[in-house]
Amino acid sequence: MTEATAPTATETNRGFSLAAIPLWAQFAAIIIFGVLLSLVWDGATRWPEAWTVPMAAWITEFIEWLKSEATIFGVEFKEITRGIGAALKAPVKWAEYLLYRGFKGIGLGPLPWVAVAAGVTIFAHWVGGRRLALLCVLTMIYLATFNLWKDSMKTMTIVIVAVPMAALLGVVLGIWVTRSQTASRIISPMFDLMQATPHMAYLAPVAALFAFGPVTALIATVIFAMPPMARCTILGLQTVSSDVLEAGQMSGCTKRQLLWKVALPSSKRTLMLGLNQVVMQTLAMVVIASIAGATGLGHKLLYSLQQLRLGVAIEQGIAISLIAIVLDRLTQAYAYKETDHFAATKTWTQRHKHMLLFLGILVVSYIAAEYWRWVKIPPSKFVWGTGDAKTVLFDAKLLARHADQAIRDFNVVAFDYINPIRDWVTIWILLPVRDFFLWLPWPVFVGVIGLAAWRLGGLSVLLLCLALMFSFIVTGFWVETMKTTYLVLIAAALCVMIGVPLGIWAARSERVANIIMPICDTLQTFPSFIYLIPAIMLFRIGDFANIFAILPYATVPAIRYTYLGLKRIPPVTIEAAIANGATRMQRLFKVELPVALPEIMLGLNQTIMMALAMTAITALIGSTDLGQEVVRSISTQNFGRGILAGFFIAALGIIADRLIGSWAAERKRQLGVA
Amino acid sequence: MKNLLKGVALAALMLAPGMAAAEVESDEPIIIVQNNWTSQLVLSYVVGKTLEKMGYTVEYAPSDSQLQFQAMADNDMDFQVEAWEGSMKSAFEKAAENGMLDAGTHSALTREEWWIPNYVLETCPGAGSWEGLNRCAEQFATAETKPKGRFVGPPADWGKNYADRVGALEMDFEAINVGQAATLWAELQSAYDRKEPIVLFNWTPNFIESKFEGQFVDFPAPSDACNEVKEWGPNPNATGDCGAPHSGWLKKAASPRLPEEWPGAWAALQKVDFNNAQIAAAALMVDVDGMEPEEAAEKWIEDNGDIVKSWME
Repeated sequence: MTEATAPTATETNRGFSLAAIPLWAQFAAIIIFGVLLSLVWDGATRWPEAWTVPMAAWITEFIEWLKSEATIFGVEFKEITRGIGAALKAPVKWAEYLLYRGFKGIGLGPLPWVAVAAGVTIFAHWVGGRRLALLCVLTMIYLATFNLWKDSMKTMTIVIVAVPMAALLGVVLGIWVTRSQTASRIISPMFDLMQATPHMAYLAPVAALFAFGPVTALIATVIFAMPPMARCTILGLQTVSSDVLEAGQMSGCTKRQLLWKVALPSSKRTLMLGLNQVVMQTLAMVVIASIAGATGLGHKLLYSLQQLRLGVAIEQGIAISLIAIVLDRLTQAYAYKETDHFAATKTWTQRHKHMLLFLGILVVSYIAAEYWRWVKIPPSKFVWGTGDAKTVLFDAKLLARHADQAIRDFNVVAFDYINPIRDWVTIWILLPVRDFFLWLPWPVFVGVIGLAAWRLGGLSVLLLCLALMFSFIVTGFWVETMKTTYLVLIAAALCVMIGVPLGIWAARSERVANIIMPICDTLQTFPSFIYLIPAIMLFRIGDFANIFAILPYATVPAIRYTYLGLKRIPPVTIEAAIANGATRMQRLFKVELPVALPEIMLGLNQTIMMALAMTAITALIGSTDLGQEVVRSISTQNFGRGILAGFFIAALGIIADRLIGSWAAERKRQLGVA
Repeated sequence: MKNLLKGVALAALMLAPGMAAAEVESDEPIIIVQNNWTSQLVLSYVVGKTLEKMGYTVEYAPSDSQLQFQAMADNDMDFQVEAWEGSMKSAFEKAAENGMLDAGTHSALTREEWWIPNYVLETCPGAGSWEGLNRCAEQFATAETKPKGRFVGPPADWGKNYADRVGALEMDFEAINVGQAATLWAELQSAYDRKEPIVLFNWTPNFIESKFEGQFVDFPAPSDACNEVKEWGPNPNATGDCGAPHSGWLKKAASPRLPEEWPGAWAALQKVDFNNAQIAAAALMVDVDGMEPEEAAEKWIEDNGDIVKSWME
């Protein structure tokens, strides 16, 4: 689709003499030239080893040097990072004392679980009413009955420290970008880079530079979760309608007031989308950070998977999802909460009844916890009666074992049907496409992408793409990069084929949306590790399993952004279409989809980013691409290769982003919706 | 005014941990590394609980099995009870150069080799040895490896190149490497449930022997000559035509600060020693009996009071 529509847009607008040559001929010329070159010169197929820049080794040596010898103004670099680590440790420690350790110094236990559960529920009732409170109650009961309370609290310690840090940092950076051209030029590409870099690539260097343990997890989490907040701040501020701003100016707002009282509040919805993303990303990262010293649900989950206790892993995964959904709903409800305009007429106790109730429960539960252990920590078994008459009401372990058995039984039955499909797709689609990418001489790849970049986005995009492409060619990562490209292209194509229709369907029917959107939330928050084991059991090691494991995670943005894009269309536009006598289909294809296209494209962009990030996770199945390099670097401490591989994954994402972005911009201009 | 109050309250909260931490730090915790396989978890709890009995404060920290050694060299973590020769040798030795301490070797011996479930012997009776296995290579073929058999190998970074051995022994197998240990077990579980022929990388002691029935495949015994002299072994034209050692070491590792700050703990930890049967029994309590690792450790200490006592003296 990209190639098909681009020429009409560009040919008429550019005065280059090249435009006289048909576009297909230009591409054909590049391809033929590249292939012929590869026939006479081996270096066109594989970059000559003698010319390879040993960048990976340099980076590894640099980090080793930083860690051991570097000094800044006489202070060892290592000491500085350690200092930062120690400073960050304070809030983490405090959260730990509060949630599960207790303040040993003053003999005060951690918050009793009854108080935490009641507190969350009361807050939920205050911001979102009864339904939200019910969701919270159910979640708390789930965590308690499945014996996951303490691990949940361990996970929450990092979350409650990381989310505010990431959100605040994101808003500040976002505001700065909208204010300053220079900042925009430096920071925007950094965000692209950071967000496109897989979670795991952060861990090893952060662990090397900072103290090992929760602080590493915290830093990696904040870095990883911050960009969506900044992005949404930028988007929100840039899309504030000029009428609103003018109204603000007319009422004599200062620049600062205009930002804090007008622009930010009126972009609240977009900002909350950002916060939502921060929460989701934080949880996702905290789970993965368990391999670098974070305790909690992620660590337990990894262990369960390692033992093939899928049932337990699913229970733990659901806990993570539930926590994410509760946090998400709470933040959203808080954002949409109406200001109480009658507050002044109420008494102090009326206004603070929720707070007072919570304080009451807190004090009572602390006292009660001294007498009954189950107030402090949820009981590990739910038993009715005493002595011989005891009956176990609920046993999470037994349930998990049944789930294990069910998954294995399903595998035995389904394998005979699924295996032929898997073999067919592998032999006739996956392997040929992979072989094609491995055969591809690099001048063809560079030429085709370069030409597309130039025609779509002009010189600056061309230069950026060329620089990124040569970065992995000259450092000797061509083969790994091509394997990643192939995996991600196939996965993204599948995601769009599944996600866009689902998004359209959801936008057309409220009932469908009510089903699909919670599923999206769950899929995105459900720890991606879990998909791996069933994928391996059903499909065995191979690219088919890799792609299958990418899908659930990477389809979500395609659905979500299509839905949002269609929902955001002003009613006037649709009414105009109806008034003009458009049928339902015409309305969808001629009006709604084109108008929603920028949003859908943002979704495709996100899908590609997520698929790229997932390659580092699916590497655990067994692959030989960039994702594998990232994962392996953590255990081999070959930081250079890991960081570079992470960078190249990001580079692929940025190239895709620029091509799609330029095309979308051009398209919008054509449609007159820009 | 309201905001100011909030700010003051927040500042007070931020200070609190520092004060609380100072209280706790009067007996600085010894940080014991935990990995994600059963025996290690149980043994680390056994060691931790022993230290607690001696009056030390103990904390557990999860870690990657390779990153942990550098963390110990940096004094971020203090003790690891299971360091395997097969998969951790290079990270262990590298960290030892940077200051990490070798806290002694267990009696337990470790072996890593190709492994088959017993039902494979029904369709391929000779599979107990590499030659017999090779005769029915085709039974192990998949779409990607056809007509060769598939050997499911360990993660590529575990430092073993089975493709080389397959080449040296001229076997009709292709080594497909997994990304992590769990993938091996998922493949095994899936094949085992369907009684499908499979040959994969495995090691002992681990929980597999308590859950699945099977055996190691015998290869020509390793020797220095095997890796240096081409004429040695079944293939006169290649080196490396032999199996892995049958008895690798299992070590303990410690941070350099451990002997300095807790000399008593250091003395005890050096005495800690497990053999194969003890490790397998520890894993069994969790993997088969369904205990939590911590419960299993308590039971182990109860059952082996004398041994624990001998460490504490």
